[in-house]
Amino acid sequence: MCVVCGCGSPEGHRDGTVEQVGPVAAQGDLHYGLGAARVTVPGMTAERALRLEADVLGANDRLAAANRAHFAAHGVAAYNLVSGPGAGKTALLCATIGALRARAQAPAVAVIEGDQQTCHDADRIRATGAPAIQVNTGKGCHLDAGMVAAAFGRLPLHGHGEGGLLFIENVGNLVCPAMWDLGERAKVAILSVTEGEDKPLKYPDMFAAARLLVLHKIDLLPHLDFDLARCVAYARRVNPGIEVLLVSARSGQGVDAWVDWLLQDAALAGAPHAHMHAHAHAHGTA
Amino acid sequence: MHELSLAGSVLKIVEDAAAREPFRRVKRLQLEAGALAGVEVQALRFALEAIAPGTLLAGAQIDIDEPPGRALCTACGQSVCIASRVEPCPACGAFGLRPTAGLELKVRELIVQDD
Repeated sequence: MCVVCGCGSPEGHRDGTVEQVGPVAAQGDLHYGLGAARVTVPGMTAERALRLEADVLGANDRLAAANRAHFAAHGVAAYNLVSGPGAGKTALLCATIGALRARAQAPAVAVIEGDQQTCHDADRIRATGAPAIQVNTGKGCHLDAGMVAAAFGRLPLHGHGEGGLLFIENVGNLVCPAMWDLGERAKVAILSVTEGEDKPLKYPDMFAAARLLVLHKIDLLPHLDFDLARCVAYARRVNPGIEVLLVSARSGQGVDAWVDWLLQDAALAGAPHAHMHAHAHAHGTA
Repeated sequence: MHELSLAGSVLKIVEDAAAREPFRRVKRLQLEAGALAGVEVQALRFALEAIAPGTLLAGAQIDIDEPPGRALCTACGQSVCIASRVEPCPACGAFGLRPTAGLELKVRELIVQDD
């Protein structure tokens, strides 16, 4: 049959012409899978736009949310202590652990220590008898939620079952830790009175992120020109709702009020409840 | 210098996108860093350029939008524009503004190429 018009003639068309049946004279290939994607989707060109609208801190925030749920399930109230270097975070924690121990029905306590290098701070905490995990960030300027998750899994508080207080002492830095949610109930900003009352204006993001401001080393006030009222006013410019406590770990002044604040806030965290662990670890092992 | 960590997170978002919808390189990266997001834009750009070689971001044009901060004044009730958290209300002079916009740090869009 004629392949051109289907006329059924083995010799040719009725008009007498003979069809040449053979290779088609054309060149070139069509290849739809040569790009890196190995596929071509109609409507997409080799250059295309991907709309993401992705929060840069989204991955950390998801881990922080998991930490928050994990802490709640264990009845653990976590506090993220942030300050510049040398504000006295570790000294305050040592005094806090001692004061908590003196309370009736003292809660279990554990500490995650963040520093770029050394285990000095964890050693100071362990000397009080409280368990501590040191996280060295290397060149990192802050703790992130993944580091806290790994450290919490190694603490006895994690297998304790009766709740407790977890203190996360962040890397001494008034800038970077403000942005990273670790799953804490509250960030507590610690500002020593030797640092100058205008720190809340110089580092507003940190004081905006904190729920409580601890003005520390207040035993030194008689020797300084530090204006307490002005400092508090500056802090409330950037965070009208921030609470303020005056504390000295060295003299013990204000430590009881700070411990009261912690216990009242932690009571709001609720009792531990049964939960399913989606991740692979065994309770009670370090 | 948390901008280096943030640049690493941006690269991770780009790599995750490439795993879902394969492409060979990013021609243009469009970010949004609000005035109140706590990010130093020049430092973020420097960090992105530092980590880009050898990655999907190599040679990419980096555009960073900086939407202004907005806040609600608790004293006069107005929604106002602010450049930082320490400013008073431009309308009534009171402090204690509650930020409402310009807080986000996002990867908005990628223009990608397959070859």
